[in-house]
Amino acid sequence: MVNTQVTLCGLTLDNPIIPASGTFGYGYEFAELYDINLLGTFSFKGTTRESRFGNPTPRIAEYAGGLLNAVGLQNPGVDAVIAEELPRLKKVFHKPVMANVSGFSVQEYAEVCEKLDAQAQVGWLEVNISCPNVHGGGAAFGADPKAAAEVTKAVRAVTKKPIILKLSPTAADIAAVARACEDAGANGVSLINTLPGMRIDLKRRRPLLANGTGGMSGPGMFPLAVRMVYQVYEAVSIPIVGMGGVTTAEDVIELMLAGATAVGVGAANLTEPFVCKHIVEELPAAMARYGVENLTEIIGGAHHG
Amino acid sequence: MKQTNLTVVENKRLADGIYRLRLTGDTTAITAPGQFVNLKLSGFFLRRPISVCDWTDGEVTLIYKVLGRGTEMMTHMTPGTVLDVLTGLGNGFDVSRSGEHPLLVGGGVGIPPLYGLAKRLVAQGKRVTAVLGFNRASEIFLAEEFRALGAEIILATADGSVGLRGLVTDGMAAVSDSTYLYTCGPELMLKAVYGACTTSGQFSFEERMGCGFGACMGCSCKTKYGNKRICKDGPVLEKEEIIW
Repeated sequence: MVNTQVTLCGLTLDNPIIPASGTFGYGYEFAELYDINLLGTFSFKGTTRESRFGNPTPRIAEYAGGLLNAVGLQNPGVDAVIAEELPRLKKVFHKPVMANVSGFSVQEYAEVCEKLDAQAQVGWLEVNISCPNVHGGGAAFGADPKAAAEVTKAVRAVTKKPIILKLSPTAADIAAVARACEDAGANGVSLINTLPGMRIDLKRRRPLLANGTGGMSGPGMFPLAVRMVYQVYEAVSIPIVGMGGVTTAEDVIELMLAGATAVGVGAANLTEPFVCKHIVEELPAAMARYGVENLTEIIGGAHHG
Repeated sequence: MKQTNLTVVENKRLADGIYRLRLTGDTTAITAPGQFVNLKLSGFFLRRPISVCDWTDGEVTLIYKVLGRGTEMMTHMTPGTVLDVLTGLGNGFDVSRSGEHPLLVGGGVGIPPLYGLAKRLVAQGKRVTAVLGFNRASEIFLAEEFRALGAEIILATADGSVGLRGLVTDGMAAVSDSTYLYTCGPELMLKAVYGACTTSGQFSFEERMGCGFGACMGCSCKTKYGNKRICKDGPVLEKEEIIW
């Protein structure tokens, strides 16, 4: 019998599988499809202080390795999330949820986190300093170690819950950003967010996405995610939620060997709605195939020797 | 929504760039005309959303237009091919709203879902009039099938090669006593139909989608009743809620 449990910032997960923010809504679309309590947890839709419609459509394009999105943080705003989404979620999900937070100023991050800190359902605050699809916020904080530290400190001051900073693959030195977050009081980091890309509509001869650029995700990003998780693992001692193009239980093991404590699954949820259920179910057999009895023991395993 | 394997039994060219795909398998998740399915195609990351033209217990008919590499690849699928499909997506049309004389207005590849709708309205004893718009004669499809249902058909072609020369709105002008409107087609057509429509009605929209089942917020639109997802809260919107 293999053990799939891992501990993420003090909270034990039955398994390391975490549907990534923006691909799982507030959970209940998927709760109609399967019992989402089989997940480790999930990270809910990026939430901001005010409600946001997001970018104009088209917001979605594809490439051979996945998709591009430029949703632009559509969400009902933190007050509506607390008043409406969390009570609905409570009926179908009985584990601590990861609350994903975005902002356009340090103050906004802190305000939203403070409100979510008061919610018993929230286990972790995932602070997104890497959204590529909004202007004047998001990725601007994740590109620079100093700005990342500033957000981390502001959030640290308003919550005792674990805070996990979500990092961007566009940072010149992602390990330096991760270290700055750790030094400023982060309990973990998650990476990678999407990478800005573009497609051009050959008929219109214009960028296909109304926003021009969109964040690339999907299996084409997986080697980039593995490399960055591997680098960040060497730079910090706080846990890493690894993500970027994960589609199989083998991918989960690979990212954990690179240094991830838990593993996010993003784009795959959108084309294979049952993918996280399948990964959770296949994980024990995949562990057995690679001689893994206790999943937690392989974290960072690729670095030894 | 259900994820299921469906088997191709027919993939036939109907008109220029227009194909009919008949699939057998579990169709139980399809509950209303105007819903759609999302097909997994080998070699493409995103699924292809295609509206349901008609369905029975065990068989679903799709009519698709070749618009890009994905739909071009679909034209080569042969009988026996097994497809991974998400079925029963979207809200579909509400047949209970039709009144005694529903008017159906479709343009191009927006016409197929109106066929399944017309069939169900006729079965309820309604008098169905359908205005079908095409660019030219070589692109006409489904017109005979609508007639075979017993629907009154008004054809409009942009080049005047068949029926009225003009747009579907010219065809609508010939119908005076309709009780309700159902429409599907390109957004510019929908907007013109909205302007010409004298009754209440339901409008089926198209948008580039990520997931097709409400998770990704890729196909959101603003309505008078708040933000909606075309894939999950639509594709059919009420005339009264639409913001152009």
